[in-house]
Amino acid sequence: MELAENESAAVQNDQPSGLRQYLMSHLREYGLLFALIVVMIFFQVVTDGTLLKAVNVTNLLLQNSYIVIMALGMLIVIVSGNIDLSVGSVMGFIGALAAVMIVNYDVPVLLTIVACLVAGGIIGAAQGYWIAYWKIPSFIVTLAGMLVFRGLSLWLLEGQSVGPFPREFQVLATGFVPDIFPSGLGSALAGIFGARQVNVLALLAGVAAAGVIFWIGFRQRMRNRQYGIVGEPYGFFLARNFIVAAAVIFIMYKLSTFRGLPNVLITMGILTIIYAFITQSTVIGRRVYALGGNQKAAKLSGIQTERLTFLAFANMGVLAAAAGLVFAARLNTATPKAGFALELDVIAAVFIGGASMSGGVGTIIGAVVGAFLMGVLNNGMSIMGIGIDYQQMIKGLVLLAAVIFDVYNKQKQG
Amino acid sequence: MSTLLEMRSITKTFPGVKALDRVDLKVREGEIHAICGENGAGKSTLMKVLSGVYPVGSYEGEIVYDGKPAEFRGISDSEERGIIIIHQELALVPQLSIAENIFLGNERSSRGVIDWRETNQKTEELLAKVGLLEAPTTKVDSIGVGKQQLVEIAKALSKNVRLLILDEPTAALQENDSRKLLELMLELKAQGVTCIMISHKLGEVRHVADTVTVIRDGMTVSTLDAAKGLSEDVIVHDMVGRDMTQRFPEHDRQPGEMLMEVENWNVWHPEHADRKVIRNASFNVRAGEVVGIAGLMGSGRTELAMSIFGRSYGRNISGTVKLNGRPVDVSSVYKAIMMGISYVTEDRKSLGLVLDETIRFNTTIANLEGVSSAGMLNRNEETKVAEEYREALGIRTPSVFQKTVNLSGGNQQKVVLAKWLFTAPEVLILDEPTRGIDVGAKYEIYTIINDLAARGKGVVMISSEMPELLGMCDRIYVMNEGALVGELTAAEASQERIMSLIVNEQEELSYGTR
Repeated sequence: MELAENESAAVQNDQPSGLRQYLMSHLREYGLLFALIVVMIFFQVVTDGTLLKAVNVTNLLLQNSYIVIMALGMLIVIVSGNIDLSVGSVMGFIGALAAVMIVNYDVPVLLTIVACLVAGGIIGAAQGYWIAYWKIPSFIVTLAGMLVFRGLSLWLLEGQSVGPFPREFQVLATGFVPDIFPSGLGSALAGIFGARQVNVLALLAGVAAAGVIFWIGFRQRMRNRQYGIVGEPYGFFLARNFIVAAAVIFIMYKLSTFRGLPNVLITMGILTIIYAFITQSTVIGRRVYALGGNQKAAKLSGIQTERLTFLAFANMGVLAAAAGLVFAARLNTATPKAGFALELDVIAAVFIGGASMSGGVGTIIGAVVGAFLMGVLNNGMSIMGIGIDYQQMIKGLVLLAAVIFDVYNKQKQG
Repeated sequence: MSTLLEMRSITKTFPGVKALDRVDLKVREGEIHAICGENGAGKSTLMKVLSGVYPVGSYEGEIVYDGKPAEFRGISDSEERGIIIIHQELALVPQLSIAENIFLGNERSSRGVIDWRETNQKTEELLAKVGLLEAPTTKVDSIGVGKQQLVEIAKALSKNVRLLILDEPTAALQENDSRKLLELMLELKAQGVTCIMISHKLGEVRHVADTVTVIRDGMTVSTLDAAKGLSEDVIVHDMVGRDMTQRFPEHDRQPGEMLMEVENWNVWHPEHADRKVIRNASFNVRAGEVVGIAGLMGSGRTELAMSIFGRSYGRNISGTVKLNGRPVDVSSVYKAIMMGISYVTEDRKSLGLVLDETIRFNTTIANLEGVSSAGMLNRNEETKVAEEYREALGIRTPSVFQKTVNLSGGNQQKVVLAKWLFTAPEVLILDEPTRGIDVGAKYEIYTIINDLAARGKGVVMISSEMPELLGMCDRIYVMNEGALVGELTAAEASQERIMSLIVNEQEELSYGTR
C-alpha cells in the first residue's frame, strides 16, 4: 500500500507558460464570461434589439435580483459541502409573513422588515442546527424545510393572495434612486446621446464603478508582481477589465435613459461586494473553503466545523428572507405559490458559476454571473415567445453542459 | 507432501521503488505457511501478485500452481483455481445479511432470480463448518469483527478454496476471537486446505505454522521449518536484521526541562463502548528531546495521539496532560493548538491537506490568525509566510500557488509540516512522518525534526519503521494493545529489544493462560 502511493504522487506540474496554456488553465472563468456575452449578443440579434432596450435591462435586473441575493448565500452553503433546498419555500413564507404583518395587522414597514430578516435567520439556524450538530444530511433537512415552509405559507395566507402593499414597502423592489443632479444637466446629456432623458447619477455611478474595477485590478496586479506571482498576460488583463468596465458603463447608461438606478440594484451590488469580500479576504470565508475542501483536515486544523456549517445556514436564511421581501414587494402581493421551485434556479446558478457539488470550490462572482446567464436565457426566450416547455429544457441542458464542461476540464488537468 | 505453489524470482517495481526483488516462495500442499516481515517489507505486495491484483506482465518471475504455470489477469482468474485472499480490511457489505455476503457475486439463482432457500441452506452448512452460530439472515454489521472474519472464511469455502491467504487475520481481533480463528485454521488444514498467513504476531505463528518465510526489504531472507523448531529470536533477527547505514542526519541533543507529561490516559472506542483502546498510558517529553513511540499497526499509537490532540478520537477520555508542569485543557483542537501542541496526521491526503487548494492555502489554514487582523486576511502576508516555509523546508515547487494535489508525497508532507510549524508549537506530535516518501525526502524531514529539537521544542514521533526511531529518538516507548509496555533509552534500544517487548507482551496476552 505504501509503495503504491509513490506511484501516483510523483507527478509534478509546471506552471503553465504561454498564452494558450494560460487560457486553457483559466478556461472556466473566461468561458463563463464569454458564454454570457455570446448569449446576450444572440438574443439581442434574434429579438431585434429588444433585449438591451433600457426598459428591458431594468426589468432583467429586477427580475433576477432575488435569485442573485439567494445565490450569494447558496454559494457559501455549497462551498461548505452542503445544499439548501428550502430557500424557495422560505422566501415565499417570509413574503407571506410580511404581507400578513403589514396588510392584515398594520405593523409598520420598517419593523416588519427587521422582523422578517430575523425570522429568516431563525429558520436558517433551525435547519443548520440539525445539519451541523446532529450530522443529518442537509439534503434531507432542507427537503423537509421545503415542505414545511411551503405548508406554513399556505396556512398563513389561508390559501389566498394578500396585498397590495403600501407604497413605502413597494419601493424596496420597484423604487429608483432619485437623481441628485439638476435635471438641466440630464436634459443636456440626453441631447448629446439622443435619448429622452438621462439620469446623471446612474451614468456617473457607472463610470465610477468602471474606474474602480480598473483600479482594483491594477493594484492587485502590481502587488502580485511585487511577490513574483505570474498573473495573467497583460493583454488578457486589459481586455478582460475593458470588457467588464464597458459592460458596466453600457448597462448603467441604459438604466440612466430609463428611470435611473433601481433600489434593488444598489442592495444587490452592495451585498455582492460584501460577500465577495467575505469569501475571498476574511478568515471565516477561508475556513468555509477548508471545510468544504476537506472536512476532516479542517477539523484537525482547529476549525470549528460545526459552528461554521450552522452559520452558513443561518446566513442563508437571512438572505432568503431578504429575497422574499424583494419578491413580495415586486409582485405587490404575497401568494401561496411565491418562490415555488425557485431553489432550483438558485442552485443551478451557483453550479453554472463553477461551484463544485462536493464542496470547497466556487466564487461569488461566478454565482452572480451564473444567475444572470440564467436570467438572460429566461428573459430572451420569453421575448422570443418560446414556450415554457422549451425554456425548461434549454435551461436544463445549459446546466448540464456547464457541469460537464467542469468535469471534463478537471479530468484533462488531473 | 507435494508442492502446491511455487513463486520463483518475483520482482515487482513501482516507479522509483523496487517493492519485491527476486522473491522465492514455496508452499507445500496442506500446510500452514506463515510470512513474516516488517511493515513495508513487501508481504502484501507478494500476495497481490499471487492473487492477480497485479496482473501477469506487471511483474517479473514465474508462478507455478498445482503443477501448472499460473498467469492470472485478475482476481477472478485466481479464484477460479481456488486461490482466495482475505484482506486485512474486510470486504463485507455491512448492510447485507451473512448469506447475501457469502454469495455476493456468486448468487444461487436461476435466470437472475435468487433462490433464497438454497442460499440460506448452503450458508447454514458453511457457517457450521466455520463454527459460527448465527442465522444466515443476520446483518453483518450486527456481528463483531471476529465473527465477520469467520464469515469471510465461509465465503472462501463457498468458492471451493484450495489455497487460502489470510492477511493479518487477527490484527483487529480480541484474544478469544483470535484463538478461535487459529483453531479453525488448524481444522481447515486437517481438511486439506492450504493456508498462507501473513502475521506480525510471532506467538500465533509459532502456534500454527508449519513453515515460516521471512521477507525483508522486498527479498526472501530465510525459510524456516517448524519441524526443526521455531525460535522467535531467529525470526525477529531475520525480520529486522539490516545494517543501519548513514540514513539519518547527525544530531547531538541535550534534553532540557520537562515539557509535556501525559498521565494515566484512558480512551474508549468511539463506537464500541465496551472496548478500551488506550489503557492507562503515561509518557513525557522534554524540551529539545525527540521521543519515539514504537508498535505495530493497530497498537493504538494514532489513537493515543489523536485523543490527546483535542479529543479527535474516542470517548470517555480520562487522564491529564501537563505542559511545563501545569495541567492544561486540550479538549478541542483549537485549545490544543493554542496550548502549543500540534499533531501531524498519519494520512496526509485525507486528514492533512485540502488537496484541491494551493500550498499557500494549506500552509496558513491552521493559523489564520497569524496572517490576519480583525478577521481580515492579509493575503500578501500569507504569500510571504508560505514563501518562507517553502524556502526553509525545501518544498520543491514552481510557486506557492501550486495545488498540493500536484506535489510528490515528500513535498506534500513538507507542506503539512509547514502548516503545523506555522502554529508555533512547543510540542509536535508526528504520526508516521515519512510514510510512503522516498529516501532523500526522508532525510530532509529528519533534518527538520532535528532543527526543531535544537530550538528547544519537544517532538513525539510515532513510526512503524524501527530503524527510523532508533536513528532519530532519544527515548523510545513501546506500545502494544493500547498500553505503553516499555521505555528504552537510545543506548538501550535495539530492533530486537523493541520487537521482543512487543512479542513477549503479545505472548502473555494470548497464551499466558496456557
